Amino acid sequence: MTDVPQLYRILPEVILTITGVIVMLAEPLLAKESSRKPLGWLSVLGTLAALVSSFWQLQLPAGTAFFGTVQTDAFSVFFHVVIAGIVLATLLATLDAATPDTEGLGELFALICLGAVGMMLMTSAVELLLVFIGLEISSISTYIMAGFRRKSAKGPEAALKYFLLGSFATAFTLYGIALIFGATGTTDIGKIAGLLTTSQTPILATIGVAMILIGLGFKVSAAPFQVWTPDVYEGAPAAVVALMSTAPKAAAFAVLLRVLFVAFPALHNHWQPLIWWMAALSMTIGNLGALRQQNVKRMLAYSSIAHAGYLLVAFTALSPDGIAAASFYTLSYAAMNVGIFVVLSHAGGMNDRLTLIQDYRGLAYRSPLLGATMAFFLISLIGIPFTGGFFGKFYVFASALHSGLVWLTIIGLVNSGIAAYYYLRVVATAYSKPVHSDLLDGIPRASVPLLFALLLTVAATLILGIAPGRVLALAKAGANTLSLPGATTASK
Amino acid sequence: MLNDSILSMITFVPLAGAIVVALLPRTGKLIQWFTLLVTLATFGLTLHLPAYFQYGQAGFQFEENRPWIASPKIGYHLGIDGISMWLVVLVGFLGPMAVLASWKAIETRTKEFYFLFLIQQTAMLGIFVALDMFLYYGFWELSLVPMAILIAMFGRTRGPQAAIKFFLFTFIPSAMLLVGLLWLYARTGTFDFVETQQYLAQNASLFAPQALWWVSLAFLVAFAVKVPVFPLHGWLSDVFSEAPTAMAMVVAGKLGLYSIIRFNLGLFPAQSREIAPLMIALAVIGILYGALIALVQPDLKRFLAFSTIGHLSFCTLGIFCFTVMGLNGTVFHILNHELSGAAMLILFGILYERYGTYDMTQYGGMSANLPNMATLYVITMLSLIGLPILNGFVGEFLILSSSFGVHPYWGAAATIGVILSAWYMLSMIQKLFYGPQSRLVANKAVPDVVAREGLALVPAAILMLVLGVASPYWIRAINGAVDGLVQNVAHATSTLTTNVAEKR
Repeated sequence: MTDVPQLYRILPEVILTITGVIVMLAEPLLAKESSRKPLGWLSVLGTLAALVSSFWQLQLPAGTAFFGTVQTDAFSVFFHVVIAGIVLATLLATLDAATPDTEGLGELFALICLGAVGMMLMTSAVELLLVFIGLEISSISTYIMAGFRRKSAKGPEAALKYFLLGSFATAFTLYGIALIFGATGTTDIGKIAGLLTTSQTPILATIGVAMILIGLGFKVSAAPFQVWTPDVYEGAPAAVVALMSTAPKAAAFAVLLRVLFVAFPALHNHWQPLIWWMAALSMTIGNLGALRQQNVKRMLAYSSIAHAGYLLVAFTALSPDGIAAASFYTLSYAAMNVGIFVVLSHAGGMNDRLTLIQDYRGLAYRSPLLGATMAFFLISLIGIPFTGGFFGKFYVFASALHSGLVWLTIIGLVNSGIAAYYYLRVVATAYSKPVHSDLLDGIPRASVPLLFALLLTVAATLILGIAPGRVLALAKAGANTLSLPGATTASK
Repeated sequence: MLNDSILSMITFVPLAGAIVVALLPRTGKLIQWFTLLVTLATFGLTLHLPAYFQYGQAGFQFEENRPWIASPKIGYHLGIDGISMWLVVLVGFLGPMAVLASWKAIETRTKEFYFLFLIQQTAMLGIFVALDMFLYYGFWELSLVPMAILIAMFGRTRGPQAAIKFFLFTFIPSAMLLVGLLWLYARTGTFDFVETQQYLAQNASLFAPQALWWVSLAFLVAFAVKVPVFPLHGWLSDVFSEAPTAMAMVVAGKLGLYSIIRFNLGLFPAQSREIAPLMIALAVIGILYGALIALVQPDLKRFLAFSTIGHLSFCTLGIFCFTVMGLNGTVFHILNHELSGAAMLILFGILYERYGTYDMTQYGGMSANLPNMATLYVITMLSLIGLPILNGFVGEFLILSSSFGVHPYWGAAATIGVILSAWYMLSMIQKLFYGPQSRLVANKAVPDVVAREGLALVPAAILMLVLGVASPYWIRAINGAVDGLVQNVAHATSTLTTNVAEKR
């Protein structure tokens, strides 16, 4: 471990930090009315470099750095790559959606990069305090991004709501960490498990875990901590929602996996029922909520609550297969959800001209490519075979069924049947004969960065649906680094 | 060797065609001609199967088996037996027919239409040739998507609603099918149909009977919706009346019936035996119900939808008699009904193109102006009501006589359906073609059957005659596969009864 320079362990984070700082410093140097797109391209380059350096970390022997606070292993690299991919697609979509007079675009690019630093830190942190720091870095940047549209009434409202509720949630997390420290005398995730087995009363630690669950449950918008989601998604620009709905969630799920399976496998009797209920509630509330929505982004917000529920199902399986399924699901959800928001962002622009499902009537006639990609992502969200969404659900439910969770599986599959309705309603609307409407006429021609973003997300969704083997192997490798001896005893 | 990859070629030629269609420019009739070519090529390839099929041999032929996904263990396993072979050929045959039927009906958005149409072809062919149940499930779900989008895009005014109704009606039971598949996989460790079948047959005692019962029910419901079996038929009339002809031609019947025969009888013989009384009752109710509604239905497409429910219920009846004769008749009847039903739909579509309505009461006395069309209508109608020497007769006869052997009362009730079906079909023809000319017909001069329509319909009419006269040729292949199935069921039943006897 001493052979590897410590900086290598956080190389992607360092690269992104430098990129973000350069973008911020360069922004005022540009003339006031000149385009901010070069800054966007700079961020794209930085993200690509971070992506490559993440892959490169796989060559390093797994190990920790900075006094055992960060760890690079197959697990962290998996989530790093997911986050970097999401950021890349988001940046490309933002570049395209932004008009020259969009305000504060440079800041947005910088915030995206710096927020990603926090998310990446979360996935590689093996120290609860560093988890908290990463959480705050990522949260604060997403709070600001949510309020990006200052002039629309909904932007600041969304940001404020998100900020207030989010602060409560992170405060809970911090309090939970403090309780765990009180119970075990350490905040090192790797050491907690060992200390817990010797302690007589794990009651403090149990409360601590529950509090961390509240904080992270808020981040992933799992019920009953989901109330912020629809308002925030509605208020923020679609390109930003592409990021907000996937990357911080991926990071939070990674943390949750690490915390639950590495630090607290011994307490699984306590947290498993909690997660069971969170999963069942999220799926049901999310899908029933989405059924009634007329606004596309609100509908997708509710659907993201449901997807968080599907993902939590994998947690309750308590097996390495479940961890791998959760990781795989994170990636496939990211691919298709970023994809659909890229489409919405292109169709609606930074100011969301098209908000209602009805507004998309005839989209496939006006712009066949956009209609087809939209239908493709929605089909993947439904979970039709040969798309990533299908294998995501498949692995999750297979692992749950393998652990004997028949009821949760049935609840999940009934829910995905309900979900088919509202996704399909959008597809059917996009493919209905257009009524005379000038709403769709404002859609610009697809530019090169947008095509790149679409290509990236379509290819990822398709590859995950046709040849999921390689990615699943990576997810399994990651899962194996987590399933320490304690975790295997926990699995049935 | 061609034999080693013929099934892959058949399945994926339409998909390759679809990709080319997506790239072709939207000029003139280029896309139509190209799709016609692709479907003809696919049909040509399917003819390879009966030519090289080993008729005496049991088991699957033309097999391809390659690993695909390592975890879960999913193989790319294709193969056909006597049951699926003719269904593959049938899908191949209906392809060009459907393209010709859409030639004028679909004039806008041809690119989207034919793209999705060809994907639908691939999905259907895949369903019949897949022997890995996961692969099968993939094709099964894939077949829903193009169908739903096409109904939404090209349907009449209520297209989007019909599309969603269709999708939900079939997608939710499919989710149950997936639970069943996953449950089986968790116990057997394989998705391979042949391996699962062997495992279940040899280790039946390892499974809780209750659990197997629920799994078999999940399978059965998913398939029965697609047939559709009586109380699950709600989607069909909407889809028939909204969908373009080419889609309505392929939506009902064969996929669900084939799947019941293959999976329910193949994997769960004992459970199928147990549920048979219910299914037979539902089948007979379906026969009578479909016929009675068709009798009073003025809209031609809805009329055909209910007639289809009635005719397909004969197949359900035939399956659950568990006799060689009944199953031979069932598979044969699927072929016949798909062929004649498709022809009837095209004929209705032709009338709609000429007069712009599906309302039966607006027509009358057309036989004088349109003698060729009247002839084609009459032949198709006679085939649908099962006139001897035409195809419809053989299947219905085999099914009914086997049901008389097993369940005489139900058989007698089903026979009433045959009479009713003759009644409503004849009165439909009478309303359209004979009697005094209606205002609509008198005021509008329209051409008789044109060459393109003849190309689609005359081969079908000839085939109806050939199938009717030379039925042993087709049944020879079916018989080999059906034999094994019936023994399977009989064996499962005997072990079941001995188990029960031992327990007592």
